[in-house]
Amino acid sequence: MDKMPKWADVILIPLISLILAAILSTLVILAIGENPVEAVNLMVTGALGSTYGWGYTLYYATNFMFTGLAVAVAFHARLFNIGGEGQAMLGGLGVAMVCLYVPWPHWSIALLAAMAAGMLFGAAWAAIPAYLQAKRGSHIVITTIMFNFIAAALLNYMLVNVMRPAGSQDPATARFAEAVHLPTLHEMLAPIGINFSKAAPANISLIIAVIACIVVWALIWRTRLGYEIRAYGHSETGAVYAGISPVRITIVAMLISGALAGLMAINNVMGEAERLVLNSTEGAGFIGIAVALMGRSHPFGVFLAAILFGFLYQGGAELALWTSIPRELIVVIQALVILFTGALDNMVRMPLEKLFLALRKEAN
Amino acid sequence: MTVPAIELKGISKAFGPVQANKDISISVAPGTIHGIIGENGAGKSTLMSILYGFYKADKGEIWINGKKTDIPDSQAAIVAGIGMVFQHFKLVENFTVLENIVLGAEDGGLLAPSLAKARKELKELEEEYELFVDPDKRIDEIGVGMQQRVEILKALYRKAEILILDEPTGVLTPAEADQLFRILDRLRAEGKTIILITHKLREIMEATDTVSVMRRGQMTATVKTAETNPEELAELMVGRKVLLRVDKVPAKPGKPTLEIENLRVTDSAGVERVKGIDLTVRAGEIVGIAGVAGNGQSELLEVLGGMRPGSGVIKLNGTPLALSGPEADGQARRAQGIAHVPEDRQREGLIMDFHAWENVAFGYHRDLAYQRGIFMNNAALRADTERKIEKFDVRPPNGWLSAKNFSGGNQQKIVVAREIERNPDLLLVGQPTRGVDIGAIEFIHKQIVALRDQGKAILLVSVELEEIFSLSDRIAVMFDGHIMGERLPHETDEKELGLLMAGVAGEAA
Amino acid sequence: MELFLTIVQVLDSTIRLATPLLLACLAGLYSERAGIFDIGLEGKMLMAAFFSAAVAAVTGSVWLGLLAGIASSLVLSGLHGLASITFRGNQLISGVAINFLAAGLTVLVAQDWFQQGGRTPSLFGGGRFEPINFPFAEALSGVPIIGPIYAELLSGHSILVYVAFLMVPATWWVLFRTRFGLRLRAVGENPAAVDTAGVSVVGLRYAAVAICGVLCGIAGAYLATALQAGFVKDMTAGRGFIALAALIFAKWRPWHAMWACLLFGLLQAVALRFQNIDLGGIIIPVQVMDALPYILTVVILAGFVGKAVPPRAGGEPYVKER
Repeated sequence: MDKMPKWADVILIPLISLILAAILSTLVILAIGENPVEAVNLMVTGALGSTYGWGYTLYYATNFMFTGLAVAVAFHARLFNIGGEGQAMLGGLGVAMVCLYVPWPHWSIALLAAMAAGMLFGAAWAAIPAYLQAKRGSHIVITTIMFNFIAAALLNYMLVNVMRPAGSQDPATARFAEAVHLPTLHEMLAPIGINFSKAAPANISLIIAVIACIVVWALIWRTRLGYEIRAYGHSETGAVYAGISPVRITIVAMLISGALAGLMAINNVMGEAERLVLNSTEGAGFIGIAVALMGRSHPFGVFLAAILFGFLYQGGAELALWTSIPRELIVVIQALVILFTGALDNMVRMPLEKLFLALRKEAN
Repeated sequence: MTVPAIELKGISKAFGPVQANKDISISVAPGTIHGIIGENGAGKSTLMSILYGFYKADKGEIWINGKKTDIPDSQAAIVAGIGMVFQHFKLVENFTVLENIVLGAEDGGLLAPSLAKARKELKELEEEYELFVDPDKRIDEIGVGMQQRVEILKALYRKAEILILDEPTGVLTPAEADQLFRILDRLRAEGKTIILITHKLREIMEATDTVSVMRRGQMTATVKTAETNPEELAELMVGRKVLLRVDKVPAKPGKPTLEIENLRVTDSAGVERVKGIDLTVRAGEIVGIAGVAGNGQSELLEVLGGMRPGSGVIKLNGTPLALSGPEADGQARRAQGIAHVPEDRQREGLIMDFHAWENVAFGYHRDLAYQRGIFMNNAALRADTERKIEKFDVRPPNGWLSAKNFSGGNQQKIVVAREIERNPDLLLVGQPTRGVDIGAIEFIHKQIVALRDQGKAILLVSVELEEIFSLSDRIAVMFDGHIMGERLPHETDEKELGLLMAGVAGEAA
Repeated sequence: MELFLTIVQVLDSTIRLATPLLLACLAGLYSERAGIFDIGLEGKMLMAAFFSAAVAAVTGSVWLGLLAGIASSLVLSGLHGLASITFRGNQLISGVAINFLAAGLTVLVAQDWFQQGGRTPSLFGGGRFEPINFPFAEALSGVPIIGPIYAELLSGHSILVYVAFLMVPATWWVLFRTRFGLRLRAVGENPAAVDTAGVSVVGLRYAAVAICGVLCGIAGAYLATALQAGFVKDMTAGRGFIALAALIFAKWRPWHAMWACLLFGLLQAVALRFQNIDLGGIIIPVQVMDALPYILTVVILAGFVGKAVPPRAGGEPYVKER
């Protein structure tokens, strides 16, 4: 028999972990002499109190959906892809090249090409760690960490030495042409009479991210490939027995993961900055880890967790603006979420399992 | 009446919802060999692990030499004079024999004096009990028989007066096992108390003074070995009269289905495990491969099942099969008409976290019947599962349960159902009844024989000689990667096969 | 002579830059030899860097700073132990969490305490570790070859540098010549063997994780109070990961760890001094030097320079069967 009902595993445990993370975050805020109630108020108003706030919340959430899905897909194959950050950087490089060097007639075609380029570059950056894991057994956690640093150096080189416009001191590319400007939520909602903030960066990429959630769900739970990825993730020896090639699954899962991380660039590079700057990813690749853990690697969970983190990000920025609490509070919260939903999972799980066992015994 | 060396009173232990030991009491006289027999999963190992402090009992008392003793961890067990040789050895593979013996029993913080002292004492122990090992060899350089000696020496070095051995002969040849029993006799003569856990009746009858029988977590009887017989013990073990032979009509072998010529297999560590064997399995016959675990049988099955590459020639119905590359993986083998009930259903044959209905397609998940466009046809899978559950009497009959929530026997029924229902030309079967309850064993054996009677070829690998005898139409014995000889079951006996399994070639081999 | 002096200076800076790597690398060695993977070296160093600098700035005593640094690193070690030993969680995820926790908390607390945008005040005087000058260093510095080597390269480092390099033979000795070392290595290879031999797996692993915390604490304190004069945001700058890379490079052996850290220290020293390197027409951009340690690690991991086999039980929580 299962030790506890499925709903407890899927909803109760993440919820309790989240509450624990929230309690500790409250203590941190108290410890630095701020009022937690006020802080939460500020965050809620700042992130959800206006279409401007929502626009930023959804913009961040879009990033996190892509990176969260990236980590989640790899998790299903029992691969820990810490390289989402580097893959997203490379995705940005691909998107920037497509947007800068090709004269696009219309944003929609440019978007398709940028998606392809972002996915291609992201996947390519995941391909080497994937190959080394599959063929030579090099630990993918370490190699993907290394590839994050290499990506940062590469991006630095490209921006400083190659792509920087002549005469500019700023390590960034030129602005993309007006033709590749993606419709923002403001522009999309105006025709149907909804007045959405003009300044907020949320754009059509949000819809692509939601579609990506649905596609990943279908891929993992409804296709042969998803079946094989999950089977391999649960048991490598089982996969070999069933004729599922570990090499193939490792590489394919990582390529999909890298492509999803790279796809993020349509949001932050093409949709928001409209040029490629250093540190354009802003750690979104790492937040993907927290998002995937909290979402239990399920696309719907990832969707919810991404919105939560989008809220935290925007709320945290507002907090930094109006109080002396720095934005790093969000990094702490992110760490606590990873800690409780990931590493300390058993701390919550073990007492709950005992509880359910006792309840069942009583019921019998 | 002497004071018992060990007395367990009312020991209970649960793992989550599973009750492994229920109110067990047992008393062992000093200077005797006490056997504990029971089926796999009866709770023998759990009970002894509690005595050794590896697990903690939920309830009950342990008395050692007439004194109530608390054993919260292995350290306490060692202090109480208890040593244990686990079924899976607890040795550090890249340490030397000496380092392994010293580990945890060092004198002082520096290593050098401890090792010097241990070297000296080891020599004395070796001579006293004729347990010779090379102290400077690394564990991964010596064979399993030697490793077992290291485990025994470890216990003796810690001055153990009570020695527990858990299924000690599983990895030994009959000759090595005989040697082990001579050592145990000697230890008993020195006044040591020995507990022998096994599921082999023969060992109980040969080696023990008293025997306790366990069934489903409970102690069903304790009797003097001299006053019982194997039939009675078997009945106590399973709770009813056992059918020791499978009812079957004589085989009518047809054309060769599987022909193996000079097959060689190298494992991932680069060691050659199958060293050029020839074997034929005909349609309508069961060929059983007997042998001690680890002599190449697993690798033979794995090559045939597409789980690892090999070299040589394999023909199925006269057509040569690829032995490496994509045409030799599990998918290709299934397409070629080979089904495979693997040796380890939990690690290979099933995905324990998948629903039963997902497992029913495992390995055949690319079958067109399970597809609908680019998606899998889960409805078809579930319908198929319901049919198989019904036909193979899987309990509980619920396709939505995860594989891990079925008992061993029912898990195996799911695997067997999946493989047999494919109607393969050749069925590979590895350890079909390991960890399976008696009722399911009978059922599974009948299914295998029925497939044979449909004219299919079956290659069976089992370390249980009894199973080999009762199922096989022809027996091949493997030792060290070679086939030592083939015998017909009615023309041979356990003794002859035992010699072959030990690498002693028979006259006709 | 010019060239020689340049080389001595680069090597001198190599030693300084290799020191935090070496301390962190040895820290990781204890932990991973005991079967606990630790990708949180970076976070522990960062935490220690902040608290050592903060306490040194407030009290004016670098030694109190060092203690505070070690204590803060130990707290994170305890957390890692709790997650990966007691609650048998995923060690990699725990390490990731610890890195973020340190990155966030240091800035948060720094801002609260000092209001200087996430940094500590600059340290001076007793708030820093001063260089130790060997006897006659001044007098001998004029002697050709030997002089500069003695006075520049060997003499004139802070005490923590010498501590770090002395830790190498010490670690070797502990690991291979003591009872504790034998048990530590055993628990990283097969914890069940240790358990059934009557030794506490949990105790051993916590001990290893604690040693790891102390060494990471010293490494962080060195960064903030000796190599630099104060804490700045994210000042570890990936050193914890380079140390991890060095550990793999060294195949979890103490002496090899030292050479690996010196190599990576040299790369950093060269990158620091030369920016873009001109090799007879081919210009190596500074970014290549920055990325080189990581590229090297990937090459090593790929097994092109011998296979790195980690301790067998590494990364796996110890669960008795069932």
